[in-house]
Amino acid sequence: MLIRKHPSAMVFLALLAIFTIAVTLMSEAYGSGLVPTSTVKTLGKTLCLALAAVAMDLVWGYAGILSLGHMAFFALGGYMIGMWLMYARTGEIVAATLANAPIPPTPDELRQGITGQIFGVVGSADLPLTWSFAGSLPAQLVLVLAVPGLLAFLFGWLAFRSRVNGVYLSILTQAMTLALSLWLFQNDNGFRGNNGLSGLQNIPGLTDVPQSVISIWFLWASALLLAGGYLLATWLTAGKFGSVIRAIRDDETRVRFLGYPVEGYKLTVFTISAMICAAAGALYYPQAGIINPAELAPIASVYLAVWVAIGGRGRLYGAVIGAVVVSLLSSWFTGGRAPDLDLGFYRVAWVNWWQVLLGLGFVAVTLFAPRGLSSLVDALAGLRPPRRMGTDLGPDVGALREKEAEA
Amino acid sequence: MTALLEVSGVTKSFDGFRAINNLSFSIGAAELRAVIGPNGAGKTTFMDIVTGKTRPDRGQVLWGERSQSLLKMSEAQIARAGIGRKFQRPTVFEDQSVADNLTMALKAPRGPFAVLRWKPSGASAARVAALAGEVGLADRLTRKAGELSHGQKQWLEIGMLLAQEPRLLLVDEPAAGMTLAEREQTTTLLRRLAETRAVVVVEHDMDFVRRLDCKVTVLHQGAVLAEGSLDHVSANPEVIDVYLGR
Repeated sequence: MLIRKHPSAMVFLALLAIFTIAVTLMSEAYGSGLVPTSTVKTLGKTLCLALAAVAMDLVWGYAGILSLGHMAFFALGGYMIGMWLMYARTGEIVAATLANAPIPPTPDELRQGITGQIFGVVGSADLPLTWSFAGSLPAQLVLVLAVPGLLAFLFGWLAFRSRVNGVYLSILTQAMTLALSLWLFQNDNGFRGNNGLSGLQNIPGLTDVPQSVISIWFLWASALLLAGGYLLATWLTAGKFGSVIRAIRDDETRVRFLGYPVEGYKLTVFTISAMICAAAGALYYPQAGIINPAELAPIASVYLAVWVAIGGRGRLYGAVIGAVVVSLLSSWFTGGRAPDLDLGFYRVAWVNWWQVLLGLGFVAVTLFAPRGLSSLVDALAGLRPPRRMGTDLGPDVGALREKEAEA
Repeated sequence: MTALLEVSGVTKSFDGFRAINNLSFSIGAAELRAVIGPNGAGKTTFMDIVTGKTRPDRGQVLWGERSQSLLKMSEAQIARAGIGRKFQRPTVFEDQSVADNLTMALKAPRGPFAVLRWKPSGASAARVAALAGEVGLADRLTRKAGELSHGQKQWLEIGMLLAQEPRLLLVDEPAAGMTLAEREQTTTLLRRLAETRAVVVVEHDMDFVRRLDCKVTVLHQGAVLAEGSLDHVSANPEVIDVYLGR
């Protein structure tokens, strides 16, 4: 039903399936080996970033809330799953070492060993309270959604209730992610300070499975999660709920006079979106292998907004296109594989100049193609912007601009 | 007859300027009322106070049979209690179709989770089609509201107000920018609506008010200057003074 009404979702899912199967058939583990394991990991991570962009589009493109702190939720999801990965994996190693001892270790000794291994680096001998559930996968999986969800709920409740809007809200979200990042940097807060959590690519219980196979499993999981998240977002933005949040984006005062509790809607969308982001992060960091507080730097969230803007906000496929194209280009340019450009008098090294190129691209998109890369898709589908003599579609700052809309 | 809305002793100042000064006003459950007054008389502030957009410094605003105070309620709660407002400029959701605009306005639970569970039914589609027919937009249901002409947007907004099924309708300068034929249509509609609910029309245009043929409240400097039939108030020397200048 949902798919029949939204053919673009069907096309997207089909493309995603084709992509996943193609990568699998070219992987080292299950196919010809054309695609190296490191590339499989990059692609899997890219799918997670695409899902984060979909979540961002939900709050910004549909509800008009320009959150510049969404990567905090993404990273928190990563931290929550990372705690289990690190604890359980260290547990295996400690158990193996202690197995040679004449007397079998007690659970207490085991825990002491794990704590020493994980927290020795920050000079602590006690397991922090926040790690109480780290030994249990189901508990940490619940926390993956619960912790970022609760943070988003509290933050949103405070901000939306006071009717903080526009630039002020964006600044507040930046402050949130910065504060959280600084807090995590502290060694004695129980998240290993700037060491972060590492070795996350080693999945407990799967020590004998080579990374080439695990990377494909994670690619599948990321594709499935992206498909699920995309369908959830399609369902949310279709129908009356979608109508109401788009109306809030364009003219929230009017929505109030229709009797809708605007703050409740913003809070709902913000929290759901944070949880989608967190789920994406929980799959991203095991593929990245390491997470540290720098992942919560304000710039990361700004990038997320840039991806959505370059892809074209207010359309879910736009967010995915933006995230995939820009993050893959970014890793190509910064990976040193892009050939330098020799201008005779100056050598343009892309590792340094990529950010400038991205910045120029962002400005160009904002000025000349507000629909971003998805205008290519829209041109194929025959969608045109309306003719409105340059007026936006509503009085609010987040309202769609003429060129972003569809006639 | 008990009053549906009762405003008593309301005062509101902006930076020392008294926009509303000890204003009292009441309207019955099925009544048409015109509120007139020169610029700056406090007409818009009055509507802002009733709809919860502005909080008064002093006074009471009581609503309905249970004399509920509106002062502690949010805009959305007041709208759900049954007060609809038509703005001077048409405000519809331009990026969405006429049908979506009307569907959003249909009387139904407004909470986020109730709306997530809401599904269009035969009855809701029929209601939307009927409303569109009533405001002359039956053939535009699938078109985006942004494509409509100024007059059509006005009508769409009226359709949305009807969909809300308010018990009190506040209408701000409905005649502004309307042709003579449209004005006649509007007068007929407002009078018909007032048979089953309370309608307050804020208007500048004396000619339009005469057509409405209803009780008139004259506001001046944030307070009621005179109240009664149009002939009665226009015979009042103070009203003549205010309108013709001293």
